[in-house]
Amino acid sequence: MINDMKPEDIIGDYKEVMLDLYGGIKRLCLYSEVETPYPDGKLIVSTTDTNGIITHVNQSFVEMSGYTEEELINAPHSILRHPDMPAAAFKDLWDTVLRGEKWQGFVKNLRKDGGYYWVKATVIPNIRKGQIVGYTSVRRKPSRSKVEECIKLYPTLM
Amino acid sequence: MTYRLTVSPDFTPDHLPGWYIFNTWLQKQLGEGIHLEMYNSFQAQHEAIAKDQIDLIYANPFDAAMLVREKGFLPLVKAHGLSDEAIIAVNAESPAKDVTDLAPGTRIAATEDPDVRLMGMIMLEPADLNSSNIDLHSCDTYVLVAKQLLRGEADAGIFLAEAFDDLSGMIKKQLKVLVHSQIGVIQHVLMVGPRLTDRRDELRHLLLAMPSDEKGQDVLKNLGFDLLINVEDEEMEFMIDLMDTLNT
Repeated sequence: MINDMKPEDIIGDYKEVMLDLYGGIKRLCLYSEVETPYPDGKLIVSTTDTNGIITHVNQSFVEMSGYTEEELINAPHSILRHPDMPAAAFKDLWDTVLRGEKWQGFVKNLRKDGGYYWVKATVIPNIRKGQIVGYTSVRRKPSRSKVEECIKLYPTLM
Repeated sequence: MTYRLTVSPDFTPDHLPGWYIFNTWLQKQLGEGIHLEMYNSFQAQHEAIAKDQIDLIYANPFDAAMLVREKGFLPLVKAHGLSDEAIIAVNAESPAKDVTDLAPGTRIAATEDPDVRLMGMIMLEPADLNSSNIDLHSCDTYVLVAKQLLRGEADAGIFLAEAFDDLSGMIKKQLKVLVHSQIGVIQHVLMVGPRLTDRRDELRHLLLAMPSDEKGQDVLKNLGFDLLINVEDEEMEFMIDLMDTLNT
């Protein structure tokens, strides 16, 4: 379940866009230019089922996303999708993990309050008895130089 | 048949007698001969694992994937409330105030502890540092890592947080922590190998029941543990997946 973003949740000036998410879902996104720095020494960890529906989040995920754990569990992981992220990045992610391989990339994530944070994300398929039963995603602090490269590159992929 | 127990070589030296006491207790409880072999290095321990010489291991999380997926080990228990965390520290006089102040070519002192080194390297990534552009100094102990910082032989050190806390006040005063990991889910696990898996339930029952009698409490105290708690197979798989994402 994923809802449109609400103006009352947003901090500061914002823009609006209707995003087409994986699985034919449409979502009204409200986003600002407010960046939340990635906290030193922490990992953001989540697991999803095979359809990308969140089944587990850690406390760092809750703190950085701005959502409660209750809002996150059973929501699609694309609840974090920022309009500045090219769809090609997520297609590559899905193509990679569906092959049973590990994916890694730099991602700009959207917070509930319309702000954003950059992460270095690694997603791996959870393989149990030879079957993919879900995915684990671990995000860590990215280097600023890599983020700057992505800020230049991603608009060219839109 | 005599079985073999071993402990990840990064055990804290203060708890060495505790592992011998634990082994004596375990042999009595299980009614089996168990030899405790303490290896000096991860390499020596890995060689013994490769030769299928190990039946019980208090394993470093870095080795968990290999033990489970290649050698058929299964998890038993872990210590309650203890997780492996890493610290990046520098000499207190260092101009570095943040990890991002460290530049390529930085001399990094670290031990061979694989999970701590991995966490430390991840915390260096925001500075664009990786194994190819740092000068890594391998040390046998965390005290030697600290000494390299104090003597100016290394610019930054990677410590197990617990080992950093155990340094003397005098040494700690001369060091400055740049970053402390807060991961919370990476920790050592006691695991059972294929020759003993048919007694896994019995072993787990004995270990979980340790706090219920005075002798068991005493053994735990000597290991520096309050309590042992169950580790389910899926929890182990989750930690293996997590380590896999970090080891990239």
